Amino acid sequence: MAQEEINKAVSGEYSLGFEIDIETDVVPPGLNEDTIRFISKKKEEPEWMLELRLKAFEKWQKMEEPRWGHLKYEPIDYQSISYFAAPKKGPESLDEVDPKILEAYKKLGIPLEEQKQLAGVAVDAVVDSVSVKTTYTEELNKHGIIFCSISEAIKDYPELIKKYMFSVVPMTDNFYAALNSAVFTDGTFVYIPKGVRCPMELSTYFRINALNTGQFERTLIVADEGSYVSYNEGCSAPTRDENQLHAAVVELVAMKDAEIKYSTIQNWYPGDENGKGGIYNFVTKRGICAGDNSKISWTQVETGSAITWKYPSCILKGDNSVGEFYSVAVTTLAQQADTGTKMIHLGKNTSSTIISKGISAMKGQNTYRGLVKIGANAHGARNYSECDSLLIGDQCGAHTFPYLESKDIHGQVEHEATTSKISDEQLFYLRQRGIDEESAVSMIVHGFCKEVFSQLPMEYAVEAKALLELTLEGSVG
Amino acid sequence: MKILEIKDVHAKIGEKEILKGLNLELEPGKVHAIMGPNGAGKSTLSKTIVGHYDVEVTEGDILYKGKSILNMEPEERALEGIFLSFQHPVEIPGVNNAYFLRTALNAKRKHEGKEELNAAEFLREMKKYLEMLGMKADMISRSLNEGFSGGEKKRNEILQMLMLEPEVIILDEIDSGLDIDALRAVSEGINMMKDGKRSFLVITHYSRILDYIKPDYIHVLKDGRIIKTAGPELVAQLEEEGYESIEEEA
Repeated sequence: MAQEEINKAVSGEYSLGFEIDIETDVVPPGLNEDTIRFISKKKEEPEWMLELRLKAFEKWQKMEEPRWGHLKYEPIDYQSISYFAAPKKGPESLDEVDPKILEAYKKLGIPLEEQKQLAGVAVDAVVDSVSVKTTYTEELNKHGIIFCSISEAIKDYPELIKKYMFSVVPMTDNFYAALNSAVFTDGTFVYIPKGVRCPMELSTYFRINALNTGQFERTLIVADEGSYVSYNEGCSAPTRDENQLHAAVVELVAMKDAEIKYSTIQNWYPGDENGKGGIYNFVTKRGICAGDNSKISWTQVETGSAITWKYPSCILKGDNSVGEFYSVAVTTLAQQADTGTKMIHLGKNTSSTIISKGISAMKGQNTYRGLVKIGANAHGARNYSECDSLLIGDQCGAHTFPYLESKDIHGQVEHEATTSKISDEQLFYLRQRGIDEESAVSMIVHGFCKEVFSQLPMEYAVEAKALLELTLEGSVG
Repeated sequence: MKILEIKDVHAKIGEKEILKGLNLELEPGKVHAIMGPNGAGKSTLSKTIVGHYDVEVTEGDILYKGKSILNMEPEERALEGIFLSFQHPVEIPGVNNAYFLRTALNAKRKHEGKEELNAAEFLREMKKYLEMLGMKADMISRSLNEGFSGGEKKRNEILQMLMLEPEVIILDEIDSGLDIDALRAVSEGINMMKDGKRSFLVITHYSRILDYIKPDYIHVLKDGRIIKTAGPELVAQLEEEGYESIEEEA
């Protein structure tokens, strides 16, 4: 079915696109060149961007969907997805934001109006693919920091976009990255100038709001020489029945002496206990430590989505550069996660740390997949990997696939892996002290995740703990 | 009025019956020592009282303050005031010792309708007891029992006992693995808890601990039953003649 539709699209028989009224808020399902032209026009993009999108689309059509993940799901019908949706209203200020959207933020504990006042947090909220609001721009402007939607950046900073977009994740990097390159609707762009330490945590909250709308975000963060930025990305989606595709791309560039800290809380709708519904999350995240002494640190807390396919990676090109990956991935209900990282050591004395904590409960399946690659010139490269799995109950599973490729005989690589069950002995000990079973489980789980949570910014760590508790509620006993 | 009454309890672990009609009464304010050879069922007795998942009670009843506790969850028994100092306290990585103990204490306070302690109030209390037990201040921030020495683990059990203020205190081989200083500190902690109301059940293999914690009664446990109850003078006889010499009382 999907192939037939694609064939139609390729042959030009499938015509919906350009007759679509540009005033509509949602394009009908389906993907062809016209859909892409529509998106580009809707975003008021320059011609060069449209050309790049069309090129990506052309390549994507020749690519195969990867199936090597330890994941089971029905094939995705890419022609049944609608590739663009804008919110019903286009608000000028916070007062004009749809009350329902604000309400959803409140439920997530992140009311925009409070966040405006919250010390040091600027929010570029993305609701259904269009930036609703960007705050704190003025404060950031003073430092010469650019923090805006990717659509604005394409219009306002074309030189930076041309230089860096696709420079870390090439448009044909993989099937999902190519799809994203063709149809991405919005996302975030951050540029930190030379020597500037970003004075606040930058945050973007994503939500999927309209039924059947694929979410294709694109984020690009460039930290120029000697700069620092900490960026937080958090997600949540409301309950729905149909599987939704989410294929984001994140690119990070750290120049000489620069540092980027990227933290994620992912809480997309996980589907029900039979695996019905839920988000399919196929994400490509990669950073390059382009200059000497640069550092990129990924921290992720993954609790949502029916399917997670995600490997935030670091290319350690500069000498003495550092890559870090701290991850907590929780799979409960019938969730499946295949996640991990790639650390590519190219420069001398580069070092990387991988701390991965997988928690499986109910029928959840959790896979760690990580690659440590040490190039021929990466003398003195070091890696430390620790992959721990925690099982709650006996229907879930944990799997570990560490890969190591070393071309430098002096490279130091250490890998430790453990799998444990929450022991009855531990639970009993806590209960004998008067702590009820559910609290005892969450206490043990928090202890298990401590190394990762301690990497998160303070308020984010609190949120992550609460989320973990909520996620594992009722999965014990 | 007895604080704890164990009435003709039969209990098994797996398929094996370990307690075979055990009778025991704890009096308020008294120290009861349970002595007996290996495999007599000493640890099973303590597990049975606190509702350990390994143990299945097949016959008999256990009354705490006159009410049966056999259908109560382990945490309910704990909140009501029954405390077990574990022979081998389990390590729980990443769980902060102070955080754990505050959670336990506040659960108890909540159960008793008292105000919960905030972090500062709790720490002040905890530091007081740490000092009393000769424990280092890093006990506040370390993970629960993780990497603790044998002595540190036992002191930490006593710390919890002091702060949770239970009414029936079961000390399972509290003296095992302790050097003389630790033994003294632990004993001081226990003696401090004596208030004329609390009862202690000291389960031990050796009589050494009884030089520090003076028992009021000695019960000899053998093959799943209490076969003799006497005053502290029995300790000397056991030391000299061993358990073989004890005949079951009619």
